[in-house]
Amino acid sequence: MDQPVGYMQRTREYYRALGYETDYVWAHFDEVPFARLSKPLGQARIALVSTSSPADRSNRDAKGVKHVWSGATEPPPAKLFTHDLAWDKESTHMEDRESFLPIRAMQRLAEEGVVGGLAPRFHCIPTEYSHRKTMEEDAPALVGLLRDERADGVILLPI
Amino acid sequence: MSLAARAIEAAGIPTVIVGSALDIVEYCGVPRFLFTDFPLGNPAGHPWRADIQRAVLRQALGMLERAAGPRTIARAPFAWKDDPAWRGRYGRVDPVEAARLRAAGEARRRMQAEAKARRG
Repeated sequence: MDQPVGYMQRTREYYRALGYETDYVWAHFDEVPFARLSKPLGQARIALVSTSSPADRSNRDAKGVKHVWSGATEPPPAKLFTHDLAWDKESTHMEDRESFLPIRAMQRLAEEGVVGGLAPRFHCIPTEYSHRKTMEEDAPALVGLLRDERADGVILLPI
Repeated sequence: MSLAARAIEAAGIPTVIVGSALDIVEYCGVPRFLFTDFPLGNPAGHPWRADIQRAVLRQALGMLERAAGPRTIARAPFAWKDDPAWRGRYGRVDPVEAARLRAAGEARRRMQAEAKARRG
């Protein structure tokens, strides 16, 4: 089996080539929280979380800062904006939303009873350089939204 | 996204990340991670391959249901398309492009400084 791509080293080398003098510091923790499903999967409401933006990029405020936003899962969004994110634009494309936000596939699994249901909204959290913004602003906002719609479990699909 | 998963889990809701940057997620430390060994951009599966996307979701849901503890990591049983060169492509630094990259970095730093000034 091929070795996974080492994105941390790749990123360090790339930003050094761009002339940045200090390497990015990735988040790292010794302790990892853990929770269990509070009900059987076949009764659980599952929410999907992405890092994409709405097609009209309205998740940005007047200063250009991105915030957490939500969209309906029915009907699923026809288009999302992802071009500003770091993905491999030479090797693939993102024309198929299901390849990064598989709403239809989840709806079918809900119809078949594999899960209890899909949450009525999907949520998106921006990818940020600043750990502080994610931990103090965006993640708490996301937790609030997931609590509001009583999500029992969450699948996060970072782009 | 790893930080988000940790916050959601700490709030009592179980999470599973489905993604392709194994080293970054593993380094952070998350409750559950399903590694899909694809180019960045299609964490749930190849574009237009509903069969793969469904199988990936089912595997992720299985982890949500059965993981015994934090840092549970699994690998989806799918390879990328017939394109072995993809691994070397993303973010590569080609020495003949050194000057162009340096200039792109300068432009980026100017933009970042301007954005920072706008935010106050």
